Amino acid sequence: MLHIVNKSPSERNSVDTCLGHAKDGSAVLLIEDAVYAATAGNMSEAKVKAAMPNVKVYALGPDLAARGMSARVLDGVNVVDYGGFVDLVAEHSNCQSWL
Amino acid sequence: MSDEMDMEEGGTIKKFMFVNRKAPYGTIYALESLEVVLISAAFEQDVSLAFIDDGVYQLMKNINTDGIEMKSFSKTYRALEGYDIEKLYVERESLEARGLSEDDLVVDVQVVGAAEMADLMNEQDVVLSF
Repeated sequence: MLHIVNKSPSERNSVDTCLGHAKDGSAVLLIEDAVYAATAGNMSEAKVKAAMPNVKVYALGPDLAARGMSARVLDGVNVVDYGGFVDLVAEHSNCQSWL
Repeated sequence: MSDEMDMEEGGTIKKFMFVNRKAPYGTIYALESLEVVLISAAFEQDVSLAFIDDGVYQLMKNINTDGIEMKSFSKTYRALEGYDIEKLYVERESLEARGLSEDDLVVDVQVVGAAEMADLMNEQDVVLSF
């Protein structure tokens, strides 16, 4: 399953709950304000890192750039563009948007 | 008559604080706040801006919105000085919780602790929250 999150980890608990429900082998795509969860020094850093061995974590590049965060992405997070977003949706049999 | 004259000249100057607690671009709050800040400056009020929680993200350097097809308002923060809005307060705890420092911000600000921020809020006539 592909999980898509768009809320800041320091404003809503969507990232936390998503990571808690993402089974091994699934993918998590962080978009819009959720991209902050993929940045160094953020309060979600430890949780995202803890999930990475079992879950593939992606972040949308244009949303990182719009927030001045491109240079702060955590190692191991895969940055994708809109084409990559489409590929992820197509590759997975189902997806869930955590609003 | 003299009362009317006072009214026409603008009368009282109040202390306005705009409290920004939302990240930019994901929601419209940051941009809306800036719009009202500029309006209040036109009325020559005593304006200060507070950046707390995700609001500190509004001031990040290196913002490039080309990829999301939204207009960047990053430069507007630097223009505030030209409207005599020079009191920008950023909460230290909020920066630290996000792995940020003053050097990551696009404008000169005063970094203050939560206790000092509380004092600043307390001395305002009007506090508007975004």
